[in-house]
Amino acid sequence: MEVISRIRRDYILHLLQQGKRVDGRAFDQFRTVTVEKGLIKTANGSAMVKIGGTQVMAGVKIEKGEPFPDQPEEGILVVNAELLPLASPTFEPGPPSEEAIELARVVDRGIRESKCIELEKMAITPGEEVWTVFIDIYVLDHDGNLIDASALAALSALIDTKPPADEAWKLPGFSLRKFPVAVTLAKINGQLLVDPCLEEEQVMDARLTMTFTEDGALCAMQKGGSGSLTREDVERAFRMARQKSEELRRLAGGP
Amino acid sequence: MNRPEKLIVDGRRLDGRAPDEMRSLKIVAGPLQRADGSAYVELGNNKVLAAVYGPREMHPKHEAEPDHCILRCRYMMAPFSVEERKRPGPDRRSMEISKVIREALEPVLFLEYYPRAVIDVFVEVLQADAGTRTAGINAAAVALADAGIPMKDLVSSIAVGKVDGTVVLDLTKMEDQFGETDMPVAMIARRKEITLLQMDGHFTEEEFRHALDLAFRGCEKVYEAQRQALKEKYMVR
Repeated sequence: MEVISRIRRDYILHLLQQGKRVDGRAFDQFRTVTVEKGLIKTANGSAMVKIGGTQVMAGVKIEKGEPFPDQPEEGILVVNAELLPLASPTFEPGPPSEEAIELARVVDRGIRESKCIELEKMAITPGEEVWTVFIDIYVLDHDGNLIDASALAALSALIDTKPPADEAWKLPGFSLRKFPVAVTLAKINGQLLVDPCLEEEQVMDARLTMTFTEDGALCAMQKGGSGSLTREDVERAFRMARQKSEELRRLAGGP
Repeated sequence: MNRPEKLIVDGRRLDGRAPDEMRSLKIVAGPLQRADGSAYVELGNNKVLAAVYGPREMHPKHEAEPDHCILRCRYMMAPFSVEERKRPGPDRRSMEISKVIREALEPVLFLEYYPRAVIDVFVEVLQADAGTRTAGINAAAVALADAGIPMKDLVSSIAVGKVDGTVVLDLTKMEDQFGETDMPVAMIARRKEITLLQMDGHFTEEEFRHALDLAFRGCEKVYEAQRQALKEKYMVR
């Protein structure tokens, strides 16, 4: 677990009371976000996203696989996240932690529920063979807000994705119907702020991640942390997150 | 299970409920002998048991915290609890649910009272019909109270969602599978503080607000049932 000294915690909370954040940002301001696509030649699509000091790479691979018996004509989406030991002193090698599983599942939900990938058109031989879209999220440097960075990296990698060079691929290309973007807000001492940095995450009471598509609809949501949220928090978060999602979507190259 | 043509017919759901109506809810406090606290919840066709052990010494010791108690939750589904046998043991879904259940309960506990200790909450789903995490939270909260662990209040939980374009309270498996949206919510009902909030599917802003309204009202009903269960066991007659 990450440890923060009490004096540092008090300093961060004290600043917030004065309406200031520890790194000088406004409450509704993201750190500098950069998106680079197509860095990995061996992947069908890839992207590197940096949000402040946080760095996340996502790679998409499309391979043939067996369908699930209850959906014999549908392609499969697999989202996996690795919290690499090189990304933080608190990440350890071994089976995925609770944190890694939650991260992957929150990103998965945004992509799956927005129906951005045309999985229902990805059968090769119904009941026997379908295309599987693997999205692997590689967390390289953990400086807070891994969810937004990972979701943006996944979306950017999907936008970058070229179909496999295989005759069995029948779709005209690889295109997305929707562009889901996740925005996370932290609640600290009753205040809501977007894109918490690592230190803010260490002192936050709760966080709320909301994933929006470009039509302004909500497609996934996840509360985290051991604090609670009021109805006003949730409604304010909805509006802040939706607005911020538009900025991030443009950076990823979406509409 | 095949998709029925309609999930809502003449304003009624397939099981006859109105959109804002909950399934039947039965809560029993303290059904288990050995556990420090326990509860059994039936929400429609869901059957869920929760047991609480502790505060007790943390094993493994290195996971203990010097300034507070650890709340450890384990949500599990019995292999026979679903249509097709589920392989026993934890999977990614159950690990995530265990985490969000823990975070839903932590806000009402005084974990700083028991440094170096652990409170174990075990949630076992015996029969599942959508809403198992909410039923599990409802059971766990009553079990914690039954264990005599100091709490600020109970935590009450219910799911809302959208089926055939209508926002509904407390989805069944059929509605969850073939509906558009599922949004489990848990809250401290009297203070209206949300401690669990997840969602997948599709909501516009208006639908989302309406869903929150339904969830608030649902949780209040659950809260009453939880209190009633504790009174049943502890009231001096």
